[in-house]
Amino acid sequence: MQNYMKLELAALSENESFARSAVAAFALPLSPSFSDLSDIKTAVSEAVTNCIVHAYKGGEGRIVIECRIEKAPRGGILHIVITDYGCGIEDVEEAMTPFFTTLENDERSGMGFTVMQTFSTFFKVESELGKGTRVIMQKAVGM
Amino acid sequence: MQLTFRVDGRQLTFYLSGELDEHAASSVRRLADDTIDEHSYADFVLFDLSNVGFMDSTGIGFLIGRYKKCKRYSIPAYIKNPNPSADKILSISGVYTLIPKI
Repeated sequence: MQNYMKLELAALSENESFARSAVAAFALPLSPSFSDLSDIKTAVSEAVTNCIVHAYKGGEGRIVIECRIEKAPRGGILHIVITDYGCGIEDVEEAMTPFFTTLENDERSGMGFTVMQTFSTFFKVESELGKGTRVIMQKAVGM
Repeated sequence: MQLTFRVDGRQLTFYLSGELDEHAASSVRRLADDTIDEHSYADFVLFDLSNVGFMDSTGIGFLIGRYKKCKRYSIPAYIKNPNPSADKILSISGVYTLIPKI
């Protein structure tokens, strides 16, 4: 049986640390290197922060994190899907441009998607205005 | 996240420790800014990251925000001792072109 987990969290910044640590802990059976773990934590942190800051704009909401392990002869692939039911992204391509931010005055680096993209093996964003956003990431671990 | 600072003559050093994410950054932003205001005579500002175990792009936003603050006083800022994962995110985001690593 393939291993999976599903985690639902309130969109509160105090949950960021828990969310990234939980996903990193779930990946442990794949014997990740220290650098793999740190990449996973950073990518998850970026996605969860986006849900809190952008999708729900600091208001109430829920974030769903689903993970699945696809084993390979050595190591495997960690599949991560992070879903919010917030405002959605108007122009995903524009949002993915390095340094682009909709919150100019809010000290945002505009690097969230760039970091997720750099730190994962596969990366995709699906979004619908008024419905929410789904970030799909895969990370090859211990391969 | 903890933020402490030390003043040696005209050098202001910030010591950051713990995890620098969205939650943490908002709690130390004010203290960092007030400290820069109080030491606006400094020749340079150092951000010592040796005890930062985790950092995401919110950390980048935090450092760039403080860099802009220092720039208003014409104080150059530098980053010291990032761990390998902080170094990776600082490198890909180009922060070192604004706040060089020493």
